[in-house]
Amino acid sequence: MTSIDNPQAETRPARKLTVGIRFSFLRDYAIIFTCVALFLALSLSSDSFFTKANLLNILDQSSALGVIACGGTVVFIAGGFDLSVGAVFGMAGVVAAMLDIHLGAGGALLVGLLLGVGIGILNGLVVTVGRINAFMATIGTNFVFMGLALVLTGGYLISVVNPSYSILGRGEFIGVKYDIWVWAAFALLLTILLEFTSFGRYVFASGGNPQAAYLSGIRVNLIRTIAFAISGLSAALGGIIVSSRVSTGQADSGASIMLTVIAAIVIGGTSIFGGEGAIWRAVLGILLLTLIGNGFDLLNINPLYQQVLQGLIILFAVGLDAWTRRTA
Amino acid sequence: MDETGTRPEHLEARAINKHFGGVHALRDVSLAVERGTIHGLVGENGAGKSTFGKLVAGIYSPDSGELVVDGRAVKFRSTRDALLAGITIVGQERNVVPQRSVLDNVFLGRESRSAGFVNKHSTKRRYEELCESVGFKLPPDARVGWLRVSEQLQVEILRALVRDARLLVLDEVTSALTSEESQRLFAVINALRAEGRTVIYISHFLDEVLALADTVTVLRDGSVIRTGPAGQETPTTLVNAMLGHALELTFPEKTPPPRESPTVLSVRNLNRGRLVHNVSFELKAGEILGVAGLIGSGRTETARIIFGADRRDSGEIEVAGRQVELRRTWDAINAGIALLPESRTAEGLFMRRSVIHNTSVVHTDAISTMGLLQRRAERQQVNELVHALDVRASSPKALMDTLSGGNQQKVLFAKWLFRPPRILIADEPTRGVDVGAKHAIYELIVRLAHEGMGVLLISSELEEVLGLSHRVLVMRNGEVVAEFPGEKATAEDVMRAAFGASSSDEVDVA
Repeated sequence: MTSIDNPQAETRPARKLTVGIRFSFLRDYAIIFTCVALFLALSLSSDSFFTKANLLNILDQSSALGVIACGGTVVFIAGGFDLSVGAVFGMAGVVAAMLDIHLGAGGALLVGLLLGVGIGILNGLVVTVGRINAFMATIGTNFVFMGLALVLTGGYLISVVNPSYSILGRGEFIGVKYDIWVWAAFALLLTILLEFTSFGRYVFASGGNPQAAYLSGIRVNLIRTIAFAISGLSAALGGIIVSSRVSTGQADSGASIMLTVIAAIVIGGTSIFGGEGAIWRAVLGILLLTLIGNGFDLLNINPLYQQVLQGLIILFAVGLDAWTRRTA
Repeated sequence: MDETGTRPEHLEARAINKHFGGVHALRDVSLAVERGTIHGLVGENGAGKSTFGKLVAGIYSPDSGELVVDGRAVKFRSTRDALLAGITIVGQERNVVPQRSVLDNVFLGRESRSAGFVNKHSTKRRYEELCESVGFKLPPDARVGWLRVSEQLQVEILRALVRDARLLVLDEVTSALTSEESQRLFAVINALRAEGRTVIYISHFLDEVLALADTVTVLRDGSVIRTGPAGQETPTTLVNAMLGHALELTFPEKTPPPRESPTVLSVRNLNRGRLVHNVSFELKAGEILGVAGLIGSGRTETARIIFGADRRDSGEIEVAGRQVELRRTWDAINAGIALLPESRTAEGLFMRRSVIHNTSVVHTDAISTMGLLQRRAERQQVNELVHALDVRASSPKALMDTLSGGNQQKVLFAKWLFRPPRILIADEPTRGVDVGAKHAIYELIVRLAHEGMGVLLISSELEEVLGLSHRVLVMRNGEVVAEFPGEKATAEDVMRAAFGASSSDEVDVA
């Protein structure tokens, strides 16, 4: 009541502030509201949605890409970008499928994962030591390893007959498939890594302000390389899950996953500018995309519109990120 | 000046004020620039010279006051607006398109066109005429990125002429030039004046300003101290005017370290390119060693080398009597050195992270057991520091970008005090901070030194260096050019050394 004499000076900055807060609030929690709203809408509009079988099916459909989105989030937060996940996905599946005869399922799986880590480290070195833009560097390695996978298989599918190879993708533990357990465990592990370890703090610092990170004694290049290694590991794990599910290794099976994975990370609210983000956001991002697909199926909507809707959601999410930064 | 009133004023500033956050960068600046003259602008770092220049060129807009061009009040919202009024700036940083040719850069947006296409032939002819008129010889097809800085500067000046700028603001343009290149530039500036154009010339180099300018204005702390004919000034009178006397800040009492206090840092013959040249000094435990000098004198560069942030070409560093090899920042941190960087937002803080995360970031390993952060212990330690340093934040979880500049700076101190270092290098510790926070930071620095920390205090605020330091080094052109004991150092001595004014020149302390 005392500020009546100068209303302009009082209200102007105040208004700016609330807009900023509202925007960033929206960005921080938009993904939760959207997921909950869609979940409720589908529960009400379709009888077959809220059933144990359908919900488990949604998780099963999400698991492989979910694992990759979780790993990719680490790279995003560290200020990088990994577009090579598609190649690693295919290559790991192919290599694991080919080695199954020689090493057994366990050994093949392990080698596939190590391959992913190796490619991730290579990406990290190219980006940090080689100082090549992460975007271009990983497009490059994506081509290289997609090509190498095709060379390895000669373009053929690699079929696996060993039944234990398909346990990861088809087996169940207390009614829930293994790949869902794996996804949950991986997400939990990465959450602990990011939120409860020094390494996690360094990841956020390296992405948020690399100069300040270096001046705080953080080995920024090492941290970023490890982040790429985690992304490579997750892409390989995703590829092996799918390869196990279909008992097949296919070199170019990951050709289309990269955009979906990045979309999920961004929709979840992890910043493409680095330094901000969380694993649960990637989990919800992937679930949202799967829910949309599931909804289209259940409600019998022409699936061609699905892409249009996903595209709009991505634009909205990225826009929100950019706008909140400008007002901040 | 009224007697010469035949020439109309080209530009007039009336009671202009400009704030940046809590900093009052320009205070009631009123100033008239006559048409067809070179008007020099001098002052200490942060006196407001560049701010004024940028305001005239439309980069900033004033908070209050009026800018009058050719007798008409103007409001520039962009450099484009200023350009339409015939005003442009050539600043400290080069503003060219390095991948394009000289010709493209000069005629950017003003190409000769025929039927909508750029007419290269006629553009080239215009270029040759232009070069002849000012005496530049630049190959029109050369890629600008491959030219020397001085040549890029010429490109910018040519561009200003093509855009028909009748008033040019030149802000510290010679700092990157050799003296020969500077001389050539001065000839051009004189030629511009002869054509009837007006130049506002901002420079640290007082000799240059006196040689070129018709009129000189001295700024101090954002205020105009005086404007007068250059012929009546000498470097000494300018330095005295720039310094002023009234120092409103009070400083905590100095307690120099005892004579037998051990040396914690010893630097010998540090070199790095042209930036740092044979820098040597020693710092004792409990000592506050001030480093004064102009921006670009090598102070920050020296600090960064000691902290392992930049390479050195040669030189030795000893910490507490032991020679150390500081290749990376973590080497320096392990050796007990901390650096409070010059720019807290660009180099110091993680603006989108919390106070807690910013405070503990250097020492997260120390608060981990079995690889897991002990978040409760972390929070408790941060809380203690936040209390001790009186950081005002809504909560320790508040994001850095919600804090004021002074509180952000205090968090930067807290970050290093999480595990107190032996040596603290503070580069501009009070830049952009309000008076209250300044005092708190002064008291903190003095207390840390009293507890035995060696403090290297780099500051462009002379009062600060003089008010806090037990000893003062002055740097110029990458070298330590003078050293004064804290009690005996005067602002005049330090400024004279920093500006390189000859020491035989008697300073008038009236």
